[in-house]
Order: sequence, then C-alpha cells, then structure tokens
Amino acid sequence: MIQAVDYIRVLPEIVLTLFGVAIMMVEGALPPRASRKPLGWLAFVGTLAALAATVYQAGYPGMAFFGMVRVDSFSIFFHFLIAFIAALVVLSSFEYLDAQQIRGGEYYGLILFGAVGMVLMSSAVELVLIFIALEISSISTYVLAGFRRRAPSSIESSIKYFLLGSFATAFFLYGVALIFGATGSTRIYMIAETIQGGKHSAMVFTAVALMFVGIGFKIAAAPFHVWTPDVYEGAPAPVVGLMSTAPKAAAFAVLLRIFFAAATPGWFWPVWISAALSMTLGNISALVQDNVKRLLAYSSIAHAGYLLVAFAAARDIGISAAMFYTAAYALMNVGAFAVVSHFASAGERYVTLEDYAGLGRRSPVLAATLTIFLLSLIGIPITGGFFAKFYVFSAALKSNLVWLVIIAVVNSAIAAYYYLRIIVLMYMRDAREPAPTVQNVSAPLGVALALTVAATIYLGVLPGRVLDYASRGAALLVR
Amino acid sequence: MPQNYVPIFIFIAVVAILIPLTLGIAKLVRPEKPEKAKLMPYECGVDPIGDSRQRYTVRFYIVAILFVIFDVETIFLFPWAVLYKALAWFGFIEMMIFLTILIVGYVWVWKKGALEWI
Amino acid sequence: MFFLNHIWIIPLLPALGAALMFFFGRKLSKSAVSFFCVGLVVVAFVFSCLTVLQYTGWAAAHNHQPFEKIVYTWLGSDTSNLGYLTHSGRAADFHVDAGFLLDPLSAIWLLFVTGVGMLIHIYSIGYMAHEGGYYRFFGYMNLFMFTMLTLVLGNNYVMLFVGWEGVGLCSYLLIGFYFLKKSATNAANKAFIVNRIGDAGFLLGMFTIAWYLGSFRFTQITEVARSGRLSTGDPTITLACLLLFVGACGKSAQVPLYVWLPDAMEGPTPVSALIHAATMVTAGVYMVARSNALFVLAPEAMKTVAIIGAVTAIFAASIGLVQNDIKRVLAYSTVSQLGYMFLALGVGAFAAGVFHVFTHAFFKALLFLGAGSVIHALSSEQDMRHMGALVHKIPTTFKTMLIATLAIAGIFPFAGFFSKDEILWQAWSADNGAYRALWYIGYATAFMTAFYMFRLMYLTFWSPSRVEHEVEHHIHESPKSMTIPLIVLAFFSLFAGFLGWPHSLKGSNRFEKFLEPVFAREATQFDKSGKEAQLAAAKKEEEHANPTEYFLMILSLGAAFAGWGLAKRSYGKAAEGYTEPIAATAPPAYRVLYNKWYVDEAYDYLFTGRRKLGPVRLGAMGAGEAAWAVDANFVDGGVNGAGWTTRALAKLSVWWDTWIIDGLLVNGIAYSTRPLSWLTRMIQWGLVQWYALVMVAGILGFVLYYIFR
Repeated sequence: MIQAVDYIRVLPEIVLTLFGVAIMMVEGALPPRASRKPLGWLAFVGTLAALAATVYQAGYPGMAFFGMVRVDSFSIFFHFLIAFIAALVVLSSFEYLDAQQIRGGEYYGLILFGAVGMVLMSSAVELVLIFIALEISSISTYVLAGFRRRAPSSIESSIKYFLLGSFATAFFLYGVALIFGATGSTRIYMIAETIQGGKHSAMVFTAVALMFVGIGFKIAAAPFHVWTPDVYEGAPAPVVGLMSTAPKAAAFAVLLRIFFAAATPGWFWPVWISAALSMTLGNISALVQDNVKRLLAYSSIAHAGYLLVAFAAARDIGISAAMFYTAAYALMNVGAFAVVSHFASAGERYVTLEDYAGLGRRSPVLAATLTIFLLSLIGIPITGGFFAKFYVFSAALKSNLVWLVIIAVVNSAIAAYYYLRIIVLMYMRDAREPAPTVQNVSAPLGVALALTVAATIYLGVLPGRVLDYASRGAALLVR
Repeated sequence: MPQNYVPIFIFIAVVAILIPLTLGIAKLVRPEKPEKAKLMPYECGVDPIGDSRQRYTVRFYIVAILFVIFDVETIFLFPWAVLYKALAWFGFIEMMIFLTILIVGYVWVWKKGALEWI
Repeated sequence: MFFLNHIWIIPLLPALGAALMFFFGRKLSKSAVSFFCVGLVVVAFVFSCLTVLQYTGWAAAHNHQPFEKIVYTWLGSDTSNLGYLTHSGRAADFHVDAGFLLDPLSAIWLLFVTGVGMLIHIYSIGYMAHEGGYYRFFGYMNLFMFTMLTLVLGNNYVMLFVGWEGVGLCSYLLIGFYFLKKSATNAANKAFIVNRIGDAGFLLGMFTIAWYLGSFRFTQITEVARSGRLSTGDPTITLACLLLFVGACGKSAQVPLYVWLPDAMEGPTPVSALIHAATMVTAGVYMVARSNALFVLAPEAMKTVAIIGAVTAIFAASIGLVQNDIKRVLAYSTVSQLGYMFLALGVGAFAAGVFHVFTHAFFKALLFLGAGSVIHALSSEQDMRHMGALVHKIPTTFKTMLIATLAIAGIFPFAGFFSKDEILWQAWSADNGAYRALWYIGYATAFMTAFYMFRLMYLTFWSPSRVEHEVEHHIHESPKSMTIPLIVLAFFSLFAGFLGWPHSLKGSNRFEKFLEPVFAREATQFDKSGKEAQLAAAKKEEEHANPTEYFLMILSLGAAFAGWGLAKRSYGKAAEGYTEPIAATAPPAYRVLYNKWYVDEAYDYLFTGRRKLGPVRLGAMGAGEAAWAVDANFVDGGVNGAGWTTRALAKLSVWWDTWIIDGLLVNGIAYSTRPLSWLTRMIQWGLVQWYALVMVAGILGFVLYYIFR
C-alpha cells in the first residue's frame, strides 16, 4: 500500500508542481502590465526547493507507488542535474525576457512543469509512466519553443518540434506496446527478468528499435536529429539552453534504464551506427554554419554522438562515463547559451558568427566566459569537457571499440575547428561597423554564468567526486 | 492467438453489413423532399459560402482544445467512480488533487480571457 | 596542526596574487600591485615558517616521518576506473592526488624559496619602479612562486612535473619580459626549447618509474625502493634514473643542456636572481635528491651524475674566467656551482649537495641583486670594462657583494666555505676514494671560482674608474627597498653556513642531522650489500676528525686566497684598455674561452642546423630540409593526385548542383559550394514532412536490421 515515504520519493516532482501551479495562479492574478520578475524569482525558489528536496530524498532510496518510481543514486544524480539546470535557465531568463519584451509569467511555470517531466523520467521505472513523463516534459518545451510569439521563426520552431516530437513519441509508445506484448510487463525490472530468462523474439528487438526512435529524437541522435537545427534556431535562446541539456539528460537516463536495467538485447549495432552518424553529421554540418544557434545545435547533435559512444562501451564504466558526460555537457552548454542569449539582444538580432567578431575587445569578460565554454566543448584540459571525453573514450577503448573511438577522435579534431572559429572571431577580428552593442550583464545572469564557469572548471579540476558518484549510480543500475 | 481475433472479425463483419443495410432501408422508407437549406453542409452554424479553406477565428480552436481537456478529465473520473468504494479516502484525495490542478488551469484560462468571445 | 593541515594554502597565496594581476592588474596602481603581490609572498613566507615549525614538532612525535596531506584525488578516481598494467603484469590504478608532502628536504626548499623569494620581491619594488609592465612582472613572479611551491610541495612525480613545467613557463615569460628586444625573445625561446629536451627525459623517467613500480607517489616509491626487493644496479631503475637526470640537466643547466642559462640573463635582474640562480635551477637538484632512494639503487646513474656535475663545474668556471658582462660571469658561476651540487649528489653526499643549494641560494641571489644594484647605479651598464672605482659610491652594495664573494670563494667562516668544503671532502673520501679524480676537478674549480669572482670585484669596485663620462654623474646608491634585501641576504651569506658546522671543527652539523630522515635510511639497505654501503655510509660522518680533512680544508682555503691574490695582481690597477692576463699569456686559450668553447656554434652546426657543415645541413633545420625534399619529390605527387581527384569531384559537384540540386530542389539549396555542406543541406532543408521522412527512413533501417539480423 502507499506510505508516506512514497511521497518523499517523488518529493522533487511535488515541489516543482506546486511551485508551477502557484506561478500560474499568480500570473492570472497579476495585472497585465505588471512586471513578471517576481514570478521568475518564485520559479527560482522552486528549483532551489527541488534541489533541497533531492538532497533530502537521497536519504530514502527505494521503490515507490507500486514499483513505478525508483529512487537510487542514479536518479538522484539526474534529479540534481536537472533541477540545477532549471535554476540556471531561470536565472539567465530574466534579462532575456526583458530584452525581448516578452511578458508572460507562464514561461517560468512551463520551465518548472518541464522539469517535473524530466525529473520523473529519470526516476520512473515503468514504461507507461516514463511515457507520461516524456510527454509532460515535451509539451512544456513545445510551448516554450514558441514563446517569441512575434517572431515567425519561433512559431516555426514550435510547430516543427511539436509535429516531429509527437511523431517520435508515438513510436516510443508503439515500442512500449510491443515490449508489453513480448514480455507481459511494462515494469523495467520485470522486463529484465523475463528477457534474461527466455529467448528473444523479433518483437523484443523491434520494440527496442522503436523505443530508441522516441528517445533518439529527444537526444537528437542521428538519424532522428533533423529537427534540431531548425528548432534551436527559432526557439528563445535560454530555452534552447534548457532543451538542449535537461531533456537530453533525462532521455539519456531513460535510455540507460531501458538498455541496461531492463537488459534489452540487440541495441549494440544501432547505437554504434547512431553514434558514428551523429558525430559525423553533427560536426561536418556545423562546419558550414553562420548562425551561432544553429552551430550549437549541430554541436549538440555531435555531443549526443559522443555520449552514445559511452553507451556502446561496456556497462560498468560506460554508464558512469555517460553520466559524467551528461553533467559536463549540460553545464557548459547551458552556459554557452546563456552568453548567446545575452548577446542576442532585442529580437535576437545578433546571432550570426559575424556579430561575434571583436567581442573579445568590446566585452572581454563575456568573451572569456564563452571561450571557457567553447574550450570545454572542444575538450581542452582543465575543463569538464576534457575529462568527459577522456572518460568516454577510455571506457570505449576498454571495450575494444577501437574504430568507434577513432571516429570519435577524428570528429573531436574536426569539431575543434568550428569552436575555435568563434574564439578566433572574438579575439582576432575587428567588429564590423556599426558594432553590435553589448549590454551590461545583469546580476542574475552573472550569477548563472559564474556558476556554470565554476562548475565547468570544477569538473575539469576535481572530476573524481562526481565520477565516483556516477560510478555508484551505475553500479546500482546494473546490480 | 488467432482465435482471440475472432470477435474483432465478427465486429468488422457486422459493421460492414449493418451500415449499408440501415442506409438502404432508410432510403427505401423516407420521403424525399430536397430543398436548398437541407442540402447545405453543416458547418457549426456559419454560412457555408465561399472556399472552405477560409481563416477561422482562433477562438474556435481554443474552445475546442479546452473542451477536449475537460472531456478527457471525465474519462479519468469513470474508473475512479467504478472503484470508488475500493479506493476509499486515498482515491478521493488523489482525485481531488487531480481536479484541483485542472481547476487551476481552468481559472488561469478564465483569467487570461480565453473564454471571452471577442 | 592548523598550518600543517592547511599546507595547500602556501602555493595558493601567490597564485591568488597572479590571478589578481591577470584579471585586474592593468587597472591597479603600482603601489596596489606591490601591496598585493609582495604582501602575499610575505604571508606565504610567514605561513611556511610556521608550517615548518609545526612540522618539526609533529615529526619529533611521529618518528620523523614525512608529513603528507592529500587534498583530493586529482587524476583518476577512487573507484579504479582507470588503470594500467605495470611491468610485472599487475594492474595498477592510475591515481594521482593533489597531495602535499612536507619532510626535511621539502621544508628546506620551502623556506628558502619563500624567504629568498620574498626578499627579491621586495627588491623588485625598487628595481622595477621605472619599468613598464609593472603588474605583468609581478604577476609572472607570483605565478612563478606558485609553480615553484607546487614543485617543491607536491607528493608525487606528476605534481612535481606540473610545477616543473610551470616554472619553465614562468622562466620563459620572464626571460622574454622585454619582449620588444629581439635578443630577449630569442633567449626565452632557447631556454624553453632546451628545457623541453630535458622535460622529455623527465617524462619518460617518470613513466618508467610508474610502469616499473606502479606508483607516482614519492613515499610509496621510496618504500618500495628501500624494501630490499630490488637489486642494486637494476637496469630499469638505472634507465629511469638516467632519464630523470636528463630532466635535471635541462632544468639545472648541466652539460650538455646548460646553454640556455647564460642567455637567460636577458631577463630583468631580479628574475635572474630568483629564478636563474636561487630557486628554479635548483629544481633538478631537488628532484634527484627527492629520488635518492632510486638513485642509490643505480650506481651507474650516480657515477654519471657525479661526472657530469664535475665536468659542468670546471667547464662553466673556465668560461666565467674571461666574460665581461657582469651578469654573464654570475650566470656561468651559477652553472658551475650547480655542477658542484650534482657532484655531491653523484658521490652519494645528498645532504652536502642540499646544503650547498641552501647556502648558494643566499649568496648567489645576493650577488645577482648586487649586480642589479650596480647596473641600476650605472644606468643599465652591464659591461665590466666600463665600470670601476665604485667602492665609495655605492658602499652598501659593495659591502654586501664582498660578503657574497667571500662566501662563494669559500673563505672561512662564510657560508660557502662550509658547503663547498663538505662537497670536496665527500668527493675525496666517498667510496674509499673512488671519486678522487673528481676532487681534483672540484679543487681546480674552487681556485677558478675565487679568481673570477675577485676579478669581478676588482673590475667593478676597486680598479680605477673606466665609467663613461655622462654615466658618472648619475651614479647613486639604490633605494632602501633594494638595499635592505641585500643586507638581509648578506647576513645569511655570513651565517647560514654555521648550520652545517662540521664535526671535524667541533660542530654538530645540524643541517645534516635535520636531513637524516630523508637520506639516511638507505644505509640500512646498504648494510646488506657490502661494498656499496660505503657510498651511503660515507655520509655518516665519522665522529673523530680525520687529519686528511684538515689538510684538505687548508688546501682549499689556500686555493681561494691564491685566486684572490692572482685577481688582485691582474686587475687591481686595471685602467682603461687593460689586458686580460690569459689573453696575454695564451691568446688561443683566451679565444676559446671567450667564445665559450664554441659550444653554441657547435650546436648550431649539429643540432639546430642554423649553420651548414660544408654543403650539408644537420640538426632540426636539416631534418626540415630533408622533409621538404621528400615533400617536394614524393608527397606532392600525391597532393597533385588529390588535387586532380578534387577537381574531378568538383566537376561532379557542378553537374550535381546544376541538375539535381538547382534543377530538382530549387528552393531547398542555397549558395554555398563547400562540398561538406551537401550532407547537411540534403537532410536539412526545412520541410517538416521531409524531416519526418528522414526519421522514418531511420526507423525502417533499424527495424529491418532487427527483423533480418
């Protein structure tokens, strides 16, 4: 039966929902002309409360709600990461919404609701619940993508994301149905028992393929990545910061659970191919982009590829490497998009590479910050990106995936080119006339940037602690 | 396995037979007095004049979506109603939470003026 | 225990200063810059003193163990995620901590690095007052202090290597401080490149050790080395020690990698004093001393160290005899003294070598700072031919420099006497006199040292004035901030030697006693292996004085005074246009020495390839030319082939572009011709239905794979 501890095991979800609901109510009560900043702060407090709830929850591991939710080091890791990302995105949104003259408190509510879905995705161990969580997070992000209502590109982005997203989740659901048909259960740990016992019918394999489609869409892995550049280009920049990181992290958590906890068979070659394709397509396409948001979109595809390399590696070290990579990638990408959103100014005018020329002289601190994130994305030592790549590659090498590692390393080299191009532009070119004006960084955004820089460097200098935590989560996951 | 599908096949067969049958019988029985208003297609009370691909006011969609949401809500209410006794207080409280969240949405929609026509 | 437990704060203090300068230096006033940078180093010094004080208390209670403080796991993880196979096939963790090690050895380095560093920082306030890039200078200096302290305090080879590379970088930055001067940037590059050669050796040595013994940590390695499981003369250990010594040769300017140090004098004088005399160049000595447990297992490597040290000592001293640039004389003297230190290490007298590092830090820093003061007084004149008769014009500088000169010449009771004499005695007596040949070299060097140092003193201070006329008016004593460090250093040059007052002179040699826990323990291991025991036991001073020792002492004092006297006779009255005595007696020898044995030229012929050997060019540039020839003759064929292929591909692309892209998909494709973008553009043309189709293709692929696998 349901006990009080069950509620503790979904405490972050409850907290986030309550705050989201409160924001929606206050939004309705506020006069239309009033500032929406207080709502933002409310949302920020909500994310902090969710972080606190996560920490509290860590003391109560176990199953809840008839074995549908499972709290363990693995889900705590992702809860914490997602809540942290949400907090950062809220912080970096204040100034952006002002600059874009968007006055809608729902924005903050939707971030929280999205976070509810993502948090639930990482702790749910029942496929239908996972699907519902996936939908909760997706629908929020669909709306958020279209939040620059006056910009056609934003609407386009929202519609495309919605259409293709529902298309992909339908496949996921189909996969869930098939696996239910094949194993008679939708509980991941029961599926594992059935699968380990019997022999695998074609139905199980097909189910895995279909579920991989749904998740592959979320993490923007090739060949289900096609929506990414268009959507990222149009969506508001802080939202891109959110949806290129948090839902990806959650989706990776789901994928890890499906592949490893449920011990589904036959995922190796599709993941291998998808990893190789994502890295190659992502990086090669990024080479020719002029728009920074598009460029980062392709970069995020490529990073999904690196992450899948960790999946293809052996279980024990591959999972922890993937978890570490998710965290490192999320932090640096949120930071990068925070800088992009600040620099974009009203109407997201300045988002081409041209606009970044000479930024190093006009706004040295901002440029230095972006440089740190880009260096981390390349994978230069003393940034989190370095160790993330290092762990993933070494995990893959240990599993003798020599060819995949070669592809990955070649891709890293290619990737360095387009990231460095931005750095070169910022520091070695003069700005075009008239130079885009750079506003002063507001305090909340400053805090968000400082946090992301600190976290990126922290992961690069002291990776041990986070990696250890990830290893523990990984060990629990495979049992 | 195949025998599980037998009811479905029966159902399809029944549909395939029944619909032409009823339409056919109606054709035979009813009086036929066509006039202009009767032959016009029904489009939510709006005059069906001109191209059907015209632009509607967005409020139709908003109302339609709201309808769907609260319609689906009732679907959730049915199983609860069936098992009302068994679920007891726990079920009652859970359902109230569910309804509260929906009502919050409703209030928000109301406050935002989505229910105002014009 | 507070200071001991927070030992990691010591390197962070100057790091904070460097970070402040990096971010805000440009906006800070000169006084603010000096306040932060010098202040932080002073705090670091005080902190270090308290830490060492606490350590002595702690060590007394803990059987004189080294103190280790591990702050966090730096590389690798606690869960054995990363590993490698050692030589024996055992899996070892790749595990490196950000850990700090304090034992008597690092305590000595810690004290004189922060102490001398502090004095030089104070001195720099005055010396650099009128220079541009004030904040940059102090930022680099603080960065240097940070990396040097990391080097000294790290508890494993990797940390040491980080510091090692860091000091190399700072040295590079500071040699090239006047980066508008071509010679300065050249010298900086030379220093960096030569050091890289050494570093490669160090890296290989470090990896060899890790591969062979399965750890990077000093305490663990020492434990294994002293456990008696490894045999003396183990070839792998010998190889590792030799490789480490290659690194030491680079950093500590030993033959054949010493060439960068004289050129490094292009940097500001405080830099020469701090980095290229007192601290950084002793890093090699530190590293070898730190690895003493391994070195005693490799007698062949020890022999190499001793011989290279002795050769360097006399070789550099011989060049120093005839140089005219005041800083260059000191630079060669530094190289020569470093040779002494390695000589001591090589004969197994680790404590004596470290003692010489300690005393040398004071008097050599003092000499450089004094030279800086002279240069400062003479409006940047560095050529001793244009100096003279400064004795009354800059009295403080003179007095302090005289003390330093007496110290380096080894005259009783100045600091150098004790340390140098100890080394010579060890060279004489170690291993039953097996190294006695090296004693003769060391003895000759001692004489040369006295000669060139007093030559410097006579030419600068006592001989008739040869100063140019317009400079003469501006001669002035340096400001207080410069003279006070000189006085403090002079005090130590006088008295620091008393710490190592030998038993033979009724002293107690407290210095050696202090270091005993670091070096003495191998003696137990050697007791088992007979003859070699002498190597270490030689260091175990006999309690009764040996008559030979007194005799040698008097002999080396005689050499010092003889050098002094000869210098006085030759340069005491050196007026304008004086002649060098060596040039007068043996012109060819003078030419060879003056041109530094033509080593730079030889390197140009052999290694850099800047000069041709007949029609042939050797060395790096020769290799470059050879590669170019291969490139032109063979590779270009391939390149042309690739070019042809590219052209063919381009034709194809034009066709594709005209007929397929423009023809079929008119609106989809934009303007770029970069072939790589095809792929993107093929997939990404914005139509949502098409996207869905691409996804469906993917799904079909995956599902088909599963069905037909």
